[in-house]
Amino acid sequence: MTTTLPAPRADVGEPVPAPRRRRRFPLGRFLAYVVLVFFALVYVYPFLIQLVTSFKTNSDATNNPLSLLPDPVTAAAFSRLLDTDFTLWALNSVWVSVLVTVGRVFLCSLAGYALARLRFRGRSAIFTAVLAVMAVPSVVLLIPKFLVLNQLGIYDTPVALFLPLVADAAGVFIMKQFFESVPASIEEAARIDGAGTFRVFWSVVLPMARPALITLTILSFQASWNELPHFIVASQDRDLYTLTKGVATLTTGQLGSGNEFPLTLGAALLMTLPVAIVFFVFQRYFVAGANDGAVKG
Amino acid sequence: MTAVPAPAGGLQTRPSRGSGRSSARAGQGRAGWAFTVPQVVLIGLFVLIPILMAFWVSLTDWRGRGSPFSGSVGFVGFDNYATILTEPGLARQDFMTSLRNNAWYVLLVVPLQTAIALGLALVLNSRIRAKGFFRTAFYFPTVTSSVAISLVFIFLFTGGGAVNGLLAVFGIDGPNWFSDSRGLLHLIGDGLGFWDSANPPAALTDGGPLGLSWWDWLSGPSIALAALILLVVWTSAGGYMLMFLAALQDVPADVREAAVMDGANRWQRFRAVTLPALRPTLFLVTTLGLIGTWQVFDQVYLISQGNPAKTTLTPAYLSYTSAFEAGQWGRAAAMSFVLFAIIVVLTTLQRFLMRDKDAIAEKKATRTAQRARAATSRTTFFQAGR
Repeated sequence: MTTTLPAPRADVGEPVPAPRRRRRFPLGRFLAYVVLVFFALVYVYPFLIQLVTSFKTNSDATNNPLSLLPDPVTAAAFSRLLDTDFTLWALNSVWVSVLVTVGRVFLCSLAGYALARLRFRGRSAIFTAVLAVMAVPSVVLLIPKFLVLNQLGIYDTPVALFLPLVADAAGVFIMKQFFESVPASIEEAARIDGAGTFRVFWSVVLPMARPALITLTILSFQASWNELPHFIVASQDRDLYTLTKGVATLTTGQLGSGNEFPLTLGAALLMTLPVAIVFFVFQRYFVAGANDGAVKG
Repeated sequence: MTAVPAPAGGLQTRPSRGSGRSSARAGQGRAGWAFTVPQVVLIGLFVLIPILMAFWVSLTDWRGRGSPFSGSVGFVGFDNYATILTEPGLARQDFMTSLRNNAWYVLLVVPLQTAIALGLALVLNSRIRAKGFFRTAFYFPTVTSSVAISLVFIFLFTGGGAVNGLLAVFGIDGPNWFSDSRGLLHLIGDGLGFWDSANPPAALTDGGPLGLSWWDWLSGPSIALAALILLVVWTSAGGYMLMFLAALQDVPADVREAAVMDGANRWQRFRAVTLPALRPTLFLVTTLGLIGTWQVFDQVYLISQGNPAKTTLTPAYLSYTSAFEAGQWGRAAAMSFVLFAIIVVLTTLQRFLMRDKDAIAEKKATRTAQRARAATSRTTFFQAGR
């Protein structure tokens, strides 16, 4: 057998790697950076403009839309925002998101655990139904949802804002997948020790499910915080406006603020902050969630 | 010890009947139902029943007052579907316009976002510094609310906004994005001298299917819709990029190394190793893209409300305004179901188109692999037995 590596053939572009890695900076790598930096600018610049513009005066924002230096720097947009119902919208968004998140995480993990571990009649039928429901496009449900809320007599009530959002087939699916991936031996030991099913679930299974629970919490919070269409069809009372619905009225000019860009961009900035903070703290769970959610396809 | 200890409280309190094993199973049965019932009830109440109700409404002339089940509501059969699909009139024209707009939107958004997502993932998967920063930057818009992003884009794309300011640097006179209803294909045709949009060819304007002329069907997206397309591609590419990145990390390293050893160049390795490994993800990303893009609602509601000249009208938004503003609930519900049908048909079609030969080849490959594995394991078993 030959001990030397074959010489790189000219017709096949890249040579076989030498035993020692060469320290060169190939053109390909350079182009990769060019592409990445270009896209990074395309992605970061709008957020920078948003941040800076919210500290501009209206005329400065309109006349110098590209400039990253407010002249003069002013927080007028934010104080003007306090004259709107912004705080009310924010409070509504907070309680709705908290209720939706708590409800989803608790009920989805219960159902996911049952579907993954417990043997009972109708289990596969329920799971099939969950899969089918996940395939229903959400926009198709807009009018139907209104019809049911109306029929139940809860249209335009606080319950209508959060309860329909707690129904979440994808969350059940994610939790089921997770519980199937952890070994059953520990809970079986607990069960032999005489603990009831709920007891086993609550004090043995859930603590082990921490990563999945965090992922689901984040996904639920982000989804309910950013939700718009559901709130549009579930209520019309101005006291029930959430951030998304309220801030949307700023753009559609209902408050006569069509050209007050510092105001609208400041509102957009503030409403992004909670999700942005959660995102940067729990980034790896977002990544996990994006791929868990993808399994549903 | 055959006696199973009595379960402590909760859901398994019934004393054992027969063997302990079957009582445990009965307990599991009750617990299983108790655990799943809350979500099952909610999903039934807010997904399944609504669909059934909406289907009923789509068969009636209900105008939004009182209950759709009251005796005064007239049953009209499939009239609402006929109004938007077959009967000439404004209702059908609007619905077909919305389908045209959304079709152009899908045709551009899905390939663009998939290509950008795949490209960025491939670049990020190489040996690159500051990988985390780039990944975060590209992914962040995905988690931001559509409201916030739309506000930013309204500002960027105003007539005298940042985008046109940037274009002006290159000597380009940018359009009034969100208020420009000119079709892109019409404009391109003008530019190439195929036709004059001010005086379109009679062959195209005289007739056409489903209440729209060929000229209207083939307009391409309007400038306003193109701006929405840019917004959505910008927002969603990052999420799909993450899926591709995850899939790239699963490309078996030994296969890649073997390809390198065989002297395959970069392109050959991409074609023969990476792309086949990415195929399931590619399928997933295009499917999710197809489903998502046919539902575009938020951005239209927030930015353009179907304007200018109905060129950003989409079925989802038209259905919403038909119900909540025009009070045509039956027609609006019918639109939802047609949209649903379109999504189901197209995803099925896509599944069929993307499956064909590869699935068959894959099945063959797995079968061969299984046979090979069975053979090896038999050999190892015999060797171990010796």
